[in-house]
Amino acid sequence: MDFNDTPEESAFRAEARAWLEANVPSRAELEGLDEIQAAKLWQKRKYDAGWACIRWPQEYGGRGASAIEQVIWNQEEGKFATPGSVFAIGQGMAAPTMMAWASEEHKRRHLPPLASGEHIWCQLFSEPAGGSDLAALRTRAEKDGDEWVLNGQKIWTSGAHYSDYGIVVVRTDPAVPKHKGLSYFFLDMKSPGIETRPIKQISGGANFNEVYFTDVRVPDDQRLGAVGQGWQVALTTLMNERMAIGGGGGGVGFRQVFDLARRVELDGAPAIEDKQVRAKLATWYAQESGLKYTGYRSLTALSRGQTPGPENSIGKLVAASKTQDMASFAMDLLELSGTIADPAHAESRAIFPSAFLAAPGGRIAGGSDEIMLNILAERVLGLPQDVRVDKGIPFNKVPTGRTG
Amino acid sequence: MNFDFSDEQNLLREQAQAFLQEHCRPAAVRAVLDGDAAYDAALWEKMAELGWMATVIPEQHGGIGLAHLELCVLAEELGRVVAPVPFSSSAYLATEALLLAGSAAQRERWLPKLATGAAIGTFALAERAGQTRPERLTTTAVDGKLRGVKLPVADGDIADFAVVVAKAEHGDGASLHLAELADANRQRVATLDPTRSHARIAFEDHPAEPLGAAGEGWALAQTLLDRAAVLFAWEQVGGAAAALEMAKEYALGRYAFGRPIASYQAIKHKLAQAYVKNTLARSNCYYGAWALSTNAAELPLAAATARVSACQAYYYASKENIQTHGGMGFTWEFDCQFHYRRAKLLSVNIGSEATWQDRLIRAVEAQAAA
Repeated sequence: MDFNDTPEESAFRAEARAWLEANVPSRAELEGLDEIQAAKLWQKRKYDAGWACIRWPQEYGGRGASAIEQVIWNQEEGKFATPGSVFAIGQGMAAPTMMAWASEEHKRRHLPPLASGEHIWCQLFSEPAGGSDLAALRTRAEKDGDEWVLNGQKIWTSGAHYSDYGIVVVRTDPAVPKHKGLSYFFLDMKSPGIETRPIKQISGGANFNEVYFTDVRVPDDQRLGAVGQGWQVALTTLMNERMAIGGGGGGVGFRQVFDLARRVELDGAPAIEDKQVRAKLATWYAQESGLKYTGYRSLTALSRGQTPGPENSIGKLVAASKTQDMASFAMDLLELSGTIADPAHAESRAIFPSAFLAAPGGRIAGGSDEIMLNILAERVLGLPQDVRVDKGIPFNKVPTGRTG
Repeated sequence: MNFDFSDEQNLLREQAQAFLQEHCRPAAVRAVLDGDAAYDAALWEKMAELGWMATVIPEQHGGIGLAHLELCVLAEELGRVVAPVPFSSSAYLATEALLLAGSAAQRERWLPKLATGAAIGTFALAERAGQTRPERLTTTAVDGKLRGVKLPVADGDIADFAVVVAKAEHGDGASLHLAELADANRQRVATLDPTRSHARIAFEDHPAEPLGAAGEGWALAQTLLDRAAVLFAWEQVGGAAAALEMAKEYALGRYAFGRPIASYQAIKHKLAQAYVKNTLARSNCYYGAWALSTNAAELPLAAATARVSACQAYYYASKENIQTHGGMGFTWEFDCQFHYRRAKLLSVNIGSEATWQDRLIRAVEAQAAA
């Protein structure tokens, strides 16, 4: 047992680090650029040097690297302050789906601009009536010649307002059971009839959108998989989603709360001396450590060219609740001043109230806690699916309730 | 990155599983639970034949001289079957104490016997209710004579010798002493877990020899506990995995309202939570195993981390296993009680979860100060 790279991994790491040291943009270079401009500049630079989407085949803009090389690259890039990625959904979710289901022509045309950062993609799956029960979605598509006409509404679409393309699941046949009546397309987000409205979150940000479709025309050529096969295609996307979505930590982890507990006082002494504070911190430390070493176990499998076991699927579930509880506890330690959100007056640049308000989103996005527990129970432990009262019933005969 | 057991170690695991499946069935655990025997002597002898007690003992003392990773593998498997044997007292504590601080003569005398299972050793720390601290110790050692009561001592009624923590007037407040127990005033004491024997030992000017330097006993004991904590955590992880498996099998076969109870989210989520806790604990145990086998400076932190999460995982899995079984899980007839009892015993036997939470934060503080 050791934590060391193999000689090949070590050489790859050194090569990656050397390139990063020479090429990560300086603060001056990024001066005056907005988030998207900065992200595009960095992505293009990586692409030109063969360091973008390195796991992808070369003909689609990648480097043909192994899974463990991808991890090493991520570790090395993570050591630098690089512009944030607006490409995670396109590169992490849309691209694997395109690779599995799109025609060769579409792959050669659309994947390289995804790798280079020229195009940003979004994912149009969730609907007001279809969240955890995604296959209950209602946006419909009707065939008209060589095109499909889309009408309906999507929600929780990250980055829809700046995306060039989107992947979308729609209902093409409401008269068959819900999973069988879906089809999957990719579409140009500048198509006429698409309207995007931002959703303001409790955290104050507006990363998500509602997207309305009114007679939006999509060529049949942009269908992925057969008509009625949309659910299977969507599963390809969803399998990749949980790898692309992080815990939404907002910078609050053990270290931040531990440091805080050493600074603030409780009963006339540093809070860290309080046994209950220590007990809580120890549990969070053990959770964080458990996730870290679970990751190392997966890396070991990757390093040997094996597929990692299901252990890593606990990550988001554990991290999201831990962040919420830690942010809440940090504010308890700070008492009323912990609630100050004005960075000029706040402790730790207000990361605790900020993470507290962002945390509910982390527990819902990319599979809610409850869905993650179902997945662990069914796919890892092999327990049966819940009884589904809509099973086998034509979608248009399924009972519906509130849609919000 | 090679954060996994080797092929040889995994082979040892398979052999251990096959062996225990045959020689440590639930009926064997139940025999100790229900009967008068302090432990399963037949199982102990067969384990000795396989050389399990000799695992980390150097070859010069009749051992096999393997690293501690192999011992972690065995600990997990023994925990999985709730083995009713004094392995932890003898192999994690007494053997380690001798390896850590024993004189050449002491090692020469005891390690070969420990290696063959002919001798059983144990560690006598607790004296009374509450956390054991050097200033609360009442057992003394004067002129090679121990005086005081140790209660409870795991396997104290069957052990051939004990490493006893006694009060010291100087240094860190404690000294370790090695005492043969053949003539000791000892009696078995019933505990929560009758599958593991415990005793009260009253030392009345009982002859003992120092183990390690006088006045350094507390520090030695802490190092010993760090090392043992990793191995106990592996036992806990093995037990937690078995409890989850037991709950799963029952839930799949038990029907209510016309379907398996395993199809209800109330049960599925409970078992998924157990899987999460078990996975976190197991991964921390890997970290602990690495630190133990490499004598890493991080051992105190890695041991405490493994210990805290293993306590939490086994407690949760063992109680929710009973809950999943419903009323039958509460009966003497069902085996759920094995894990419920063992989980609690293991979570307090070398200091409670709270004690180890405190040790964890102390280790983080020490790192931060360095």
